[in-house]
Amino acid sequence: MTVSKDRITVEGLTGDAAIAHALRQADLDVLSAYPITPQTIIVEDYQKFAADGQVKAKVIPVESEHSAMSACVGASAVGARVATASASAGLALMWEILYCAASMRMPIVFTVANRALSAPINIHNDHSDGMGMRDSGFIQLYCQSSQEAYDTTLMAFKLAEHHDVLLPVMVGIDGFIVSHNVERVEMLPDDEVSKFVGVREPVQPLDPDNPITMGPLALTDYYFEFKEQQDKAIQNVPRVYKEVEDEFEKLTGRKYGMFETYKTEDADIIIIAMSSMGGTAKVVADALRERGDKVGVIRLKMFRPFPTKDIAKAVGKAKAVAVFEKAMSFGAATHPLALEVRTALYEAEQRPMIADFVVGLGGRDVPPITFVEGVDKTKEYLKKGEAPLYETLGVRK
Amino acid sequence: MAMDFARGITEFRWHGRGGQGVVTSNQMLGKAALAEGNYIQAFPEFGPERTGAPVRAFLRISKAPIQVYAQVYHPDVVVCIDPTLLEVVNPTEGLKDEGTLVLNTSSEPKDIRQKFGFRGGKVVTVDASSIAMEVLGRPFYNMPTMAAAVSATGVVAVDTVIGEVLTRYPGKVGDLNKVAIERAVKEAKVG
Repeated sequence: MTVSKDRITVEGLTGDAAIAHALRQADLDVLSAYPITPQTIIVEDYQKFAADGQVKAKVIPVESEHSAMSACVGASAVGARVATASASAGLALMWEILYCAASMRMPIVFTVANRALSAPINIHNDHSDGMGMRDSGFIQLYCQSSQEAYDTTLMAFKLAEHHDVLLPVMVGIDGFIVSHNVERVEMLPDDEVSKFVGVREPVQPLDPDNPITMGPLALTDYYFEFKEQQDKAIQNVPRVYKEVEDEFEKLTGRKYGMFETYKTEDADIIIIAMSSMGGTAKVVADALRERGDKVGVIRLKMFRPFPTKDIAKAVGKAKAVAVFEKAMSFGAATHPLALEVRTALYEAEQRPMIADFVVGLGGRDVPPITFVEGVDKTKEYLKKGEAPLYETLGVRK
Repeated sequence: MAMDFARGITEFRWHGRGGQGVVTSNQMLGKAALAEGNYIQAFPEFGPERTGAPVRAFLRISKAPIQVYAQVYHPDVVVCIDPTLLEVVNPTEGLKDEGTLVLNTSSEPKDIRQKFGFRGGKVVTVDASSIAMEVLGRPFYNMPTMAAAVSATGVVAVDTVIGEVLTRYPGKVGDLNKVAIERAVKEAKVG
């Protein structure tokens, strides 16, 4: 039964503040972080909760993000419920330890306000940081709104700590666009969240009375077996994620799926985009349909593991897919999201045309007309029967 | 036919300078709209935070969840809280023909119409700078300017905004802002 309305708190919260509240309610044992824009509010607000005695967690301020993720791995290894937050250069500095966290099977929740990477220095949103860590072994969930950020952060603990998964989860929101945007957020009462997230049950924690060593050395003899197990674990994510979401839906009436489909069933052209762009794309689809173009949208939430078969099924018989993405993989055949989409559709009976538009790097605004431009180009490509592998939109050339 | 990407949404654009409370008043009006049961988005233009530099902020208010995530290009309402900015920016840029322009200025609405060649909608002027100096003794003119925008558009009730102000600034600061808001509502000129 959903929680009754009179027990729901409605507040105007930025995406960062909404995540901070989710972390407050998730009853962490340890939060370790180093400040970086546009994630800063998450840790600032959480520190306030800690200073006011609203949370029991140990907050460990450290001297770098490398140390922040290291502290999280250490705390997680003793069985603690652990979270951190970062973005951009901070996330890049965690690099080495991201792989350790995933391979050591530490269920850390890592909230990220996605931001461009230097140089030149840029504090604004794109997905370069998230796409850069895509092979680290983290589960990746990208959110459209402040509400979804709150909801997803809560669900992330159950997903990460599930014994069939035991992997770290990145929860991403678009830096500034959502992280600093005050939106209407519904929050569950603390006791309902406590019941939902439960208490972490570590499988094999570090224990001074029964000492073991974790992650020291595995060469040609056993390293590959670790990776084999890690691969199996991430394949379990879609099933466990569905279970977690079903349970969350019972409480709140809200669910998001691995991706959201919008008017895709009869669509000739399907836009695929992530995070806040997925929201704008839905508004564009409505406007284009009034113009007579059958456009639908797939807003992808789960980038890792990539829901390959489900995406192919959702695309169905559409004539073309227009990918809009905020990252570049320099020199690659196409850019990260389109690479995955192309692979997913390779086996399709009726393989659609794929157009890949790189937009919004370094926070360049992506207004509805940019989507219209991309869809109009896609229509031209359909007429011509061929599309370029990728192109950029909204940039001086 | 122009495509409408903001159906059912009232969109605001604010102009001011860093440190004048553009972001705060934008959020406060947003929270007032939220208190009246609306969905909102309240966000600043994300530039470097420099005191005195021109800054903008955006607000969306809707009865239904808001899906669009982009800056506001064709606002229904433009609010400019700094009179000196009128020589620097054109506040009517992108403003809908039937839109509302709200300015902190001692000029009359007809002079503003002439200056910017804005014939449509409503022009609302309020001398928020003088109100702020007289009531608060300091140049906090964001609240009285916002008050003129609220009363001219009716997007939320003035009392709801006062409630938000008193919650955020309990005590003397809130009480004085309430006086400034009430004066601005009375003194605003619409033309």
